[in-house]
Amino acid sequence: MATTDFATRPVPQVLAHEVHAERTRARWIDWLTTTDHKKIGIMYIVSSFAFFLIGGIEALLMRVQLAVPNNNFLTPEHFNELFTLHGTTMIFLFVVPIMAGFANYFLPLMIGARDMAFPRLNALSLWLLLFGGIVFYASLLWQPPEAGWFSYTPLSNEMYTPSGGQDAWIFLIHITGISSLVGAVNFYATIVNMRAPGMGWGRLPLFVWTILIYALLLILALPVIAGAVTMLLTDRHFGTHFFDPTEGGSPVLWQHLFWFFGHPEVYIMILPGFGIVSEVLPVFARKPIFGYKAVAASTAVIAFLAALVWAHHMFSVPVPTVVLGFFMLSSFLIAVPTGVKIFNWIATLWRGSIVTASPLYFAAGFIAIFVIGGITGIFLAVFPVDWQLTDTYFVVAHFHYVLMGGAVFTIFCGLYYWYPKMTGRLCSEPLAKASFWVMFVGFNMTFLVQHAAGLSGMPRRVYQYPADAGLTLYNQISTVGSFVLGVGILMSVWNFVRSWKTGAVAGPDPWKGNTLEWFTQSPPPVNNFDEIPRVRSVEPMKDIRRQVERQSGIEHDQVTQPSTTA
Amino acid sequence: MRRHPVAQMVIVGAIASAIGIVIALVIDWFPADAAEQAGPIDTLYDVLMIVSVPVFVLVTTVTLFAVWRFRMRPGQENEDGPPIHGNTRLEVIWTAVPAILLVSLCSYAYAVLVDIEEKHDDQLVVHVTGQQFAWRYRYPQPGGRAIETTALVLPKDRPVLFKVHAEDVIHDFWVPAFRVKIDAVPGITTEVRATPTKLGRYPVVCAELCGLGHAVMRSSVRVVTPAAYDRWLQEQTAPAGGEATGGATAGGEGEAGGGGGADLAALGRETFVSNCGSCHTLADAGTSGAAGPDLTTALRGQDEATLREDIVAPDARITEGYQAGVMPDNFAETLSAEQIDGLVAYLASVSR
Repeated sequence: MATTDFATRPVPQVLAHEVHAERTRARWIDWLTTTDHKKIGIMYIVSSFAFFLIGGIEALLMRVQLAVPNNNFLTPEHFNELFTLHGTTMIFLFVVPIMAGFANYFLPLMIGARDMAFPRLNALSLWLLLFGGIVFYASLLWQPPEAGWFSYTPLSNEMYTPSGGQDAWIFLIHITGISSLVGAVNFYATIVNMRAPGMGWGRLPLFVWTILIYALLLILALPVIAGAVTMLLTDRHFGTHFFDPTEGGSPVLWQHLFWFFGHPEVYIMILPGFGIVSEVLPVFARKPIFGYKAVAASTAVIAFLAALVWAHHMFSVPVPTVVLGFFMLSSFLIAVPTGVKIFNWIATLWRGSIVTASPLYFAAGFIAIFVIGGITGIFLAVFPVDWQLTDTYFVVAHFHYVLMGGAVFTIFCGLYYWYPKMTGRLCSEPLAKASFWVMFVGFNMTFLVQHAAGLSGMPRRVYQYPADAGLTLYNQISTVGSFVLGVGILMSVWNFVRSWKTGAVAGPDPWKGNTLEWFTQSPPPVNNFDEIPRVRSVEPMKDIRRQVERQSGIEHDQVTQPSTTA
Repeated sequence: MRRHPVAQMVIVGAIASAIGIVIALVIDWFPADAAEQAGPIDTLYDVLMIVSVPVFVLVTTVTLFAVWRFRMRPGQENEDGPPIHGNTRLEVIWTAVPAILLVSLCSYAYAVLVDIEEKHDDQLVVHVTGQQFAWRYRYPQPGGRAIETTALVLPKDRPVLFKVHAEDVIHDFWVPAFRVKIDAVPGITTEVRATPTKLGRYPVVCAELCGLGHAVMRSSVRVVTPAAYDRWLQEQTAPAGGEATGGATAGGEGEAGGGGGADLAALGRETFVSNCGSCHTLADAGTSGAAGPDLTTALRGQDEATLREDIVAPDARITEGYQAGVMPDNFAETLSAEQIDGLVAYLASVSR
C-alpha cells in the first residue's frame, strides 16, 4: 500500500492551554474523590483494561493446558476455575464496563454537556464496579468459582459446589449489576436532558444512540439476573428450592432467567462497539455516514429482537417444536438489522477519501471478523445443525468472533481513535498498525480452527481430550495463535503506555472529527466547553470547521450541496 | 488506474466464492455419520455453507476493495468524499433480500427438524442415565427385568428412542456420529431419536459442564447386526454367571464371553478400568484420569475394609486437596456385590 499515513499527522498546532488550578489536595485524593466524568471515564477504562489483561492470562493458561492431548499442566479443578474466571471477567469486568468508560468520557462531550446528569452517582457506579471485581478476585485467596460463567443449577447449588467462590460470583453479579444499572440510568438521563441546543434526536451522534439503547437494555435485563442470583443465593444458604428438582424446583428455570438476561447482554456488549465504528468510519472516509436513520433504527430493532431470542441458548433442553420454530425465526431475523448496519458501513467507505490510519484498520478488520461471527450465528440458530454444534468448540469460536472480533476490535478502534483526546498525545502509527496485523493474524489463528475442532466433536470446557480424536493439530494451531494474539495486544499496551508521555502533541482535532468532543482541547478541561456551540447537523464539527475556514478565508472546499438524503 | 475496477471486483469475488464453496464442501467437517438423522442435517449444513460463503466474500471483498481503491492519495489531504447521505432504495434492497433469504432458510430448517423428530412404531427404547461422571444404560424388557449396563449396544437399522435422565446435575448425552444431543436434566425425562445405520464403535460424550470429571465423562456406543444384538441381549439376561458377569462384560472392552470364570482380581481390574479409570490414575490398570486422587500412591498400605469404605462411601475420608461430593456415592447400587468384592481384591493387591 502506498505511503498514506501523512493524513494522520496533524497540522502543527500551538496549544498554550494548561489548567493552572491551585492544587490543594494530593493527586490520588483528587482521583479518589472526583466526580468529573472524564476522570471517572479514564479510571473505568484503565481498570477494566487491567481486568482484560488478567482475563487474557487466564485464557493463555487454558490454551497451554490444551496444547497437547491428555495434558496434566493444570488440574481439572484449576481448569474449571480458570474458564469461570475468564468468562466472568471478560463479560462483567471488561467489555461491559469499558463501554461504560467510553460512554462516561465521551457521551457528555459528544452531546455538548458539561458533565453527566448525576456526577456523584457516576462515581458510585465506578467504585461499585471496582469493589465487585475485588470481591470476585479475592476468592483466589480461598477457592474461586468453578461452575462456569453461566453457573447452571444444580451444579452451582451448594451440594455440588460448596465453596464460597460461587458466592463470590453471586456477589460480583449483584455489585457490578448495581453499578451498571446506576450507570445506565445516568446515561439515559444525560442523553435525554442535557443535549446541546439544536441537537434533536435526528442529530444525535450514532455512538450516543447505541449508548441510549445499551442503557435501556441494561435496565431491562439486569433486574432479571439480579433476581435469579438472589434465588440461587437463598437456594444455597437459606433453604429455598427454586432450582432444586428433588424438592419440586426446576433447573431449567435458571436457564430461562439467565439467558433472558444473557442474550440482551450480548448486545449490551456489542452495540456500543457498533456505535464506535459508526463514528470512526465517516471520519476516516471523509464522508458522512451512509443511511444515518437506518443505522440508528437498526440499533433499536436489534435491541428489541435481542429480548426475544434467549431460548436459542437452550436448544438442547427439551422444548416443543413450535417454540423451537419461533426462537429459530427470531434468531434469524436479528441478522437483518445487523446486515443493514454492515451494508451501510460499507456504503460509507465507498467513494470516500479514506485515511488509512490505525482506527480505520481496526474498524475494517472488525467488519471482516464480525461477518464470520454473524454467519456462524445463523448456523447456530438453525436448530437441527445447532443440535450437533451447541456446547462444542464451534460455539466457543462463534462467540469469540462476535465478542473478541466485535467488541475487542471495536474497543481497540475506540482506544486508538480517542487516545489523542484523552491524553493530548498521538500514538505511534506504525506500532499501532503492526499491533493490528499481529492481533488480526493471531486472532484468526486461535479461533478459526476452533470451528473445525467443534465440528469434529470437541465439547466445550474439557480440560483434556483424547489423543486419537483428531483434535491435536487444531488445538496446537489455536494455542500458538493465542500467544501471537497476546503479543499483538501487548504491542498496543506498550504503545499506549509509551505515548502517554512521549507521543506527538495531538491538538484538539487530529483526525478532522465530526462530533463535538473534537471542539474542545485535548485533554478537555474540567467542565469541557467554555461555550457550547449550536448544533445544526449530525456533523457539528464539520460545520464549525467550514465556518472557521470561511471566516479565515481559506476557501478550498469544493463541496457543494448534499445530494439526497435517506 | 484500471478502467473497470468494479468489474474486476466482481470477478475476484465470484472466483473467491467458487473456491470457498468448493473448499467448504470438499472438507469433511463432521465425524463419521452413523445414523439416518445425519443425512438431512449434513445436507442442511452444506446448504448453509453454500449460501454463506458468497455473503462473506461479498462483504470482505467490497470492504477491502473500498479501502484500497478509495484510499487517500498524496495531495488529497484536504479533499472530502462526496456528501452522500444515503439512498432509500438501497436500504430497502439490503433489508428485504437478506430477510427473504433468511426466512426461506428458516422454513427449510424447520422442515428438516420435523423430519428428524418423526416417530417410528418399531422403535427400541433405551434409558440413558447420566451421573457424575459416567453413563448408565437400561434396556426395558417386555415382561422381564430391565437390563442395566454400562455399555451401549444398538442394533443396526432400528429406530431408537433414548429417554435421558440425570441423577445429580445437568449432563448432555451426545453421540457425535448420530448428530443427536440432548440435555440430561434432573427431574425431567428428555427424549431424542436416532436410527443407527453403520456398524462400528462411536464415542458417547457429555457436552454440558457437570463438574471436575466433565472431560472424562465419556463412553461408547457399539452398533451391531440385529443377530449380534439379540445374542448380546441373551448374554445379559442369561442366569448363568449372574448379572455381575453381564455387567462386567459390558463394562469391559466388550470381549464377548469374558468374565465368567475369571478370578476376582481380574474382574476387579476390568471393573476399575471401565468405572473408575476415567477419574483416577492407576499405573497397574493403565488409567490416567486426574479428577480424583492418583491411586498409584494414595492407596499404599490401606486394608480391605478401608478400601471398601472408600468405594461405597467416598465422602467418609477425603484426600487432602480434593473435595467431598465429587465422587459418586452410589457405587453400592450401580455395581454388583461381586464387582465391588473384585475391586477391593484388585486394589488391595496393587496397593500392597
